[in-house]
Amino acid sequence: MKIYEEAKHQYYQYHTRRHFLKSCTTGLGAIAMGSLFGCNSGGDPELEQVVKSITGTGAHFAPRAKRVIYLHMAGAPSQLELFDYKPTLDRLNGQPCPPSLMEGKRFAFITGVPDMLGHQAEFQQHGKSGAWISDRLPHFSTMADEVCFLKAMHTDEFNHAPAQLLLYSGSPRLGRPSMGSWVTYGLGSMNDNLPGYVVLVSGGKTPSAGKSVWGSGFLPSVYQGVQCRSEGDPVLYVSDPNGMSRDLRKQSIEAINRINKKEYEEYQDPEILTRVSQYEMAFKMQLSVPEAMDIAQEPEYIHELYGTEPGKSSFANNCLLARRLAERGVRFIQLFHWGWDSHGAGQNEALNLGFKERCKEVDQAMTGLLKDLKQRGLLEDTLVVWGGEFGRTPMQENRNGVAVPFTGRDHQTEAFTIWMAGGGVKPGITYGETDEIGYAGIKDRVHVHDLQATILHNLGLNHEKLTYQFQGRDFRLTDQFGRVVNEILV
Amino acid sequence: MRVRLFTIITLCLSLFGSLFFWQCNTTTSRISYNQDIRPIFNAKCLACHGGVRKSGGFSLLFREEAFATTESGKPAIVPGHHGQSELYQRLTQQDPELRMPLESDPLTEEEISLIARWIDEGAEWEEHWAYIPPEEVSVPENNSSWPRNDIDRFVDQSLQEMELEPAPEADRPTLIRRLSLDLTGLPPTPEAVDKFVQDPSENAYEKLVDSLLASSHYGEHWAAMWLDLARYADSKGYEKDPYRNMWRYRDWVIQAFNQDQPFDQFTIEQLAGDMLPHPTRDQLIATAFHRNTMTNTEGGTDDEEFRVVAVLDRLNTTYEVWQATTMSCVQCHSHPYDPIRHEAFYQSYDYFNQSQDGDLDPEMPRLATFPAADAARLKEIVGFIQELVPKQNIDTTANLETQVRQALFPKLLPTQCDDFENVSFRNDGMVTNWIPNLKSIAGKHFRFMFKEVPLNDLEQIRFRYQTEGNDGWLEVRLDEPEGRLVAKQQFTATPSVKGEWGGDLLVPVAGESGAHDLYFEIINTTAKAPDGMVRISEIELQYADSPPESAKLADYRKELREIQTRRPDFTPIMKPKTAAMQRQTKLFDRGNWMVQTTPLEGGVPKVMLQGGDMPADRLEFARWLVSEENPLTARVIVNRFWARIFGRGLIETLEDFGTQSDLPTHPELLDHLALRFMGAHQWRVKSLLREIVTSATYRQSSKANPQKLAVDPDNRWLSRGPRFRLTAEQIRDQALAVSGLLNDSIGGPSVMPPQPEGVWQIIYSGEQWETPDNAMRHRRGLYTYWKRTTPYPSMIAFDSPSREFCVSRRIRTNTPLQALVTLNDPAFLEAAQALAARMREAGGQDPEAGIRAGYKRALGQEADAETVAILRDLHLRAQSEMDGANAQAKTISFEEDPNDIELSDPMAVVANAILNLDGFLTKQ
Repeated sequence: MKIYEEAKHQYYQYHTRRHFLKSCTTGLGAIAMGSLFGCNSGGDPELEQVVKSITGTGAHFAPRAKRVIYLHMAGAPSQLELFDYKPTLDRLNGQPCPPSLMEGKRFAFITGVPDMLGHQAEFQQHGKSGAWISDRLPHFSTMADEVCFLKAMHTDEFNHAPAQLLLYSGSPRLGRPSMGSWVTYGLGSMNDNLPGYVVLVSGGKTPSAGKSVWGSGFLPSVYQGVQCRSEGDPVLYVSDPNGMSRDLRKQSIEAINRINKKEYEEYQDPEILTRVSQYEMAFKMQLSVPEAMDIAQEPEYIHELYGTEPGKSSFANNCLLARRLAERGVRFIQLFHWGWDSHGAGQNEALNLGFKERCKEVDQAMTGLLKDLKQRGLLEDTLVVWGGEFGRTPMQENRNGVAVPFTGRDHQTEAFTIWMAGGGVKPGITYGETDEIGYAGIKDRVHVHDLQATILHNLGLNHEKLTYQFQGRDFRLTDQFGRVVNEILV
Repeated sequence: MRVRLFTIITLCLSLFGSLFFWQCNTTTSRISYNQDIRPIFNAKCLACHGGVRKSGGFSLLFREEAFATTESGKPAIVPGHHGQSELYQRLTQQDPELRMPLESDPLTEEEISLIARWIDEGAEWEEHWAYIPPEEVSVPENNSSWPRNDIDRFVDQSLQEMELEPAPEADRPTLIRRLSLDLTGLPPTPEAVDKFVQDPSENAYEKLVDSLLASSHYGEHWAAMWLDLARYADSKGYEKDPYRNMWRYRDWVIQAFNQDQPFDQFTIEQLAGDMLPHPTRDQLIATAFHRNTMTNTEGGTDDEEFRVVAVLDRLNTTYEVWQATTMSCVQCHSHPYDPIRHEAFYQSYDYFNQSQDGDLDPEMPRLATFPAADAARLKEIVGFIQELVPKQNIDTTANLETQVRQALFPKLLPTQCDDFENVSFRNDGMVTNWIPNLKSIAGKHFRFMFKEVPLNDLEQIRFRYQTEGNDGWLEVRLDEPEGRLVAKQQFTATPSVKGEWGGDLLVPVAGESGAHDLYFEIINTTAKAPDGMVRISEIELQYADSPPESAKLADYRKELREIQTRRPDFTPIMKPKTAAMQRQTKLFDRGNWMVQTTPLEGGVPKVMLQGGDMPADRLEFARWLVSEENPLTARVIVNRFWARIFGRGLIETLEDFGTQSDLPTHPELLDHLALRFMGAHQWRVKSLLREIVTSATYRQSSKANPQKLAVDPDNRWLSRGPRFRLTAEQIRDQALAVSGLLNDSIGGPSVMPPQPEGVWQIIYSGEQWETPDNAMRHRRGLYTYWKRTTPYPSMIAFDSPSREFCVSRRIRTNTPLQALVTLNDPAFLEAAQALAARMREAGGQDPEAGIRAGYKRALGQEADAETVAILRDLHLRAQSEMDGANAQAKTISFEEDPNDIELSDPMAVVANAILNLDGFLTKQ
């Protein structure tokens, strides 16, 4: 019976969304007539729910995860200093790279003949699964049996912005909707007072591809990611100006809506009713967003778990926020942490300097997030993904044919490691294998389109069916590609 | 209730469906391919028998393929004999392995019988309607008194079919607000409303239309629409997204609309102004249309890759804007649905592949604009040089840059070369073979050339250069890149001294005569920087008879050069490659630019070419687009303007008129308007708009009723006036206008109005968001600095695109984030305070009078008693909270940080509410 109810609900969601988008009319807005301030909700409560979520073509099958927390390490962390242990590479350290490895390859900066570069960290096996994790991540190494490593990830793009776009929108060029937009377009929001798709940025800079990596592309802008900020208004303009009390704001929105409803009587345009309900939603967000974003409310042991410091802008704070948002029904929570582009051209981007700092910034926090989700029972239906936009070369970078001053590696597309945990993913396994120097995947390779297909699958979405018609054809996140990596699924 | 609602909607949808068929079947019983058969093929067959896949060697996309012999050895369609046609047989097969469509439901009996009849009647093929040029249609007769012009006769015909009545005419205050917002983007002043309401003359409405069309704000409003198509922005895009000096192009668009430049000329100048004979400055700036493509300055990116991306974007944008054709589908294979072949994409690509730009950071080629004082000084010096050297060949009618170039002769400034490849330039005039993002030097030539240099009596050429190694060589060739070698010499290492320019390389070139194109190539024998890097700052031709340059002359030339390189602003423009340096365009195998195969010449899809020759180059291509033979342009453009006025095009998919697009609601009206646009209106947009807004259709009230909502919920059939939310720009402009804050000056560099701290987050750049402390912060929205990766928050909230690529339609949304903008964005709070000050002024001691005045300023209408009561009640509550006795009207102080606005005036709370009313945010 329950499954029947669910199917029915999805049916309505599906049709509501279609009408909303295709005809922008409906009269369904009439349901939202009742004020959210009072209790006199005039319409059918079931439909009211439908109207409010405005969204969701509905899942295609039973989901394993209800939400996603994606931890993106912008700049692409080196798999060779974290997870992909290759004793051969250590042996080759300092030797010139054989020309055969360079043939037909395009790099961002390497030219001429670079030297091979051994691991710049110590590796050990961890947990029952025996996963290799370097000493750069002492906290995370205790999580070896909770996560699934994908070691033969690959992509098509070797520059940051295009690679990030390919990862998040399925295309290296601008203009396509981001993964979170597709997901909220497909599934709708799970709450009525917070955005369904939230973005948190740390490390001082936005990712290379800019806000396009959480843009809605050709999907309506309601599906774009909302950046919640750790300083200033968490959501732009959510605070009333000085001098405007909460009560006075309530009075003013009531006045606006009373006049708007009068106008509806006159014009009968359903858009007016939508606006009435959106002003009510805005009023609710003014309370719920700052509340959700206020980590000072958390107990001390939680701060110790994550390494958070309220009032600061940090990846740790964002991890804790991610959990709070997950609890409150946010569907897609996207974190970006900047500063992983370890070319070795300067201290902050050296594998033996800046890179170590980045590892410290994320190690305890991401471990804390996994532990915290688990202790709350949230990990079961939350899919956590960690990774960068491409991998790094087993060669020391030699920019313009000259070795760079610090230890660093150039961009490369053929092999990088990501990990996933929670919602529907087998814990404690490693999938995929690279060659003896970690230069290219040789077994169980996973393309970023496959990763997209798999994430959607865990959310109950068929990546080939989640489409949107634009310029006369159906577009989807995975373009014309994508394979669900069933081997890593529970 | 719920069930009924869905039923009604379903009914409506099926009603539309039958309406389309009405257009098909009423007049003749003969089967029409376009109306009866094509929809079946599109829906059921094309996925396997189209442009991507041709299963069984059979495709229904092109006429010649549909009737050709298939893999089975015979044609699938035998005109006149459905029984002999494999197509028919396969549709009716019992064997599921053979029956088409495979693994899907069979066609209905009705569909099969339509196809059989079509074959029997001769299987007459028709191109998709959009590829057939519009033909004059007779205007429907109409005996009612409603129509004011022919638009109404077409509209009324559909309304009658739908059993709908037109709505009564809107009242005058509504009409003047609607017209003002539609034609200028700004609301009317209360005085203008009163004047119009009280105007007793018969042509009061027409007078108003004419005065609005004549307003210089008209151009600003329509430029805003065009800039979405042009993907105009003030930054280059991609990762670093640095500043781009593009505003002169924006101002050109404003001016073109204000001067009502005919649309055909408007088109030609933007697409190929650089190829017109002796292009004017304005015509060159117009070509920046296609320099709005992004430039990738991210370290490590391949310039050629992103040059290709920019060229692809130019092609796709051109076809989207003028032809509503989704050309990008054809980048990798023949079009899946439209009869456009893969090759056609790269034929058209060739038109855009022959421009000089190439994803370089300095964005050459570009047009310099000098500050007035510098320009005056340049002119002065050119005059002095002319006096000093009477023989100096200076054309004083040419543009200033050309005159400077002529006055500098026999010195050549590298940045003024006529064409180049694989070299880059600096603002100080230097050329270098070192491009950090060049992936490999193998097979690359580093060259630049000057046209028609006189060589009689030339003895040698002096190059002022700098290099740190001994790996650079210079070659001089004549007339062609690989032309006759007249000199070759090595650059030797020069000491690297800051500020002092290295050494001189003297290259003997003697015994030549006549004028020749001079090609300079820097040969580089190492990939290592900086050894192979050569920089050349000056080139001097030394002739046998040339007298030594006097000190005075040298000083003048030095100053010319200094001013030239000091602080002009540069607008990126298009410039054609010289014939000898043109790129060879080839087909990209499956769209992959790394795998190029068959060489191709310029061309357009055959289906769009109504006889005549293929356009030879970009200029001819532009002319072809706006020729009367082009079946699409006038329809596509008319539809765009229509959509802007009515909120929906006669074809909803403004960007796609292909076979997968929506059918036009009023196909005959669309053709009628397209023909009038080219003919009666002579491509003049103002005249087209005048025709549209003087129609009775436009002047209807936008009030709906249950019948209209049930039959025509989206107002496709125009049974009422347009009603929809204003654009992002209009919402900002209107708030500033009604509050009296608007700085309505026109044009100039983009400005940075207040935005919250922390929004401006960019990498690798020290660029700052600096809010001006004067009225420049109250400019219209289209002047807001448009940074692609960090767009202005309130604009994005109201659905404006980030302008990374061409956008034909902004999809209107209605979100809580929009409410937060108009409630709390400092720009809107400033407007509320300023409006409140005016309300107090108007009302004096009577707050209700103030509220009425404020409402009228904002909405152009008198507030009714209930509205006044609601707002007065809000005012009282605000007063009781804010210590009403001491409340003061606030004047805007530019010193104050707008992000710290404090609301202390109860009337500002009321004004804030007024600026959030649906009637304010909506055109109705």
